[in-house]
Amino acid sequence: MRMLPRLLLAATLAFAGLAAAQAIDPLPFKDHAQEVRFQKLTAQLRCLVCQNENLADSNADLARDLRHEVFGLMQSGKSDDEIKQYLVDRYSDFVLYDPPVQGNTLLLWFGPLLILLAGAATVAVTVRRRNRGTTPAAVDSKLLDGASNDRGDDW
Amino acid sequence: MSRLAPFFGFMLLVALFGFGIWWNTRHDQREVPSPLIGKPAPEFVLPLLDDPARTVSKASMLGKPYLVNVFASWCIACGEEHPVLMAEGRTLGIPVVGYDYKDAPEDAKAWLARHGNPYDMVIADREGRTAIDFGVYGAPESFLIDAKGVIRYKRIGPFTPEVIASELKPAIAALQKEAP
Repeated sequence: MRMLPRLLLAATLAFAGLAAAQAIDPLPFKDHAQEVRFQKLTAQLRCLVCQNENLADSNADLARDLRHEVFGLMQSGKSDDEIKQYLVDRYSDFVLYDPPVQGNTLLLWFGPLLILLAGAATVAVTVRRRNRGTTPAAVDSKLLDGASNDRGDDW
Repeated sequence: MSRLAPFFGFMLLVALFGFGIWWNTRHDQREVPSPLIGKPAPEFVLPLLDDPARTVSKASMLGKPYLVNVFASWCIACGEEHPVLMAEGRTLGIPVVGYDYKDAPEDAKAWLARHGNPYDMVIADREGRTAIDFGVYGAPESFLIDAKGVIRYKRIGPFTPEVIASELKPAIAALQKEAP
């Protein structure tokens, strides 16, 4: 009986390996370097069907077709950028996992920085205001000691 | 005032959240806007489903606008769209070309025989190779191509009578107005 969990684990792992192997087509790469390049490139491209997966991992039919397309372009000597452009021409910037920095993506790229700066400014202003108000506030609280607890968090 | 700041901050987040919900009910997040609209349709040469010896190409279709409707017998949403095309396809005033996508010819023929054939002709792309040039990522998708071979409008997902009335027919009318 003790063997059973181990057997189950082994079987699960074996099947997991099988599933992972199926996601990768046996493409006739020239050498290992090309295979690495292919894996790296397809990992940067989005599958249009299951949009949270990249081309390398997706089992969707279209993803397989596009992998073959990328492979074919690679064989014909196209560079990574040319292959990306080829797909962008057909499927828009959406196929790129990393959106390019351009007019309509500025907010996407730098929005978080803006929010961070706004937060930092708020903190700076608050801290400065509190420091300025320390002495009177301390006096106040001593005067009102026990009378009022609801000083709260003063922004 | 400063005591109310957290409340206003909270209301701002609520408004943002509400806007997000409203936006997503009106937009399909999965929809990939085609970069091909306003650009020449890709070159294609595809065999007819009924007679694979004969082919249809972009060049052979030049001269009048037409609608390309990507469908497949395995595509469930195409089954939903089909009755709409059966009812309205002939009222569009332009040829409707069926684009059988990654489908076994016998399956497609059986499907059309069972549900009816709303198309003026059906071309078959069994491998889906040409569909990549068109930026097809699912079926159904439809392309309105003008007399010069330029893609003028694309519909991702099934046509409904509402979409035909509000989007497709005005687009066709605009094409016919600019024709001499």
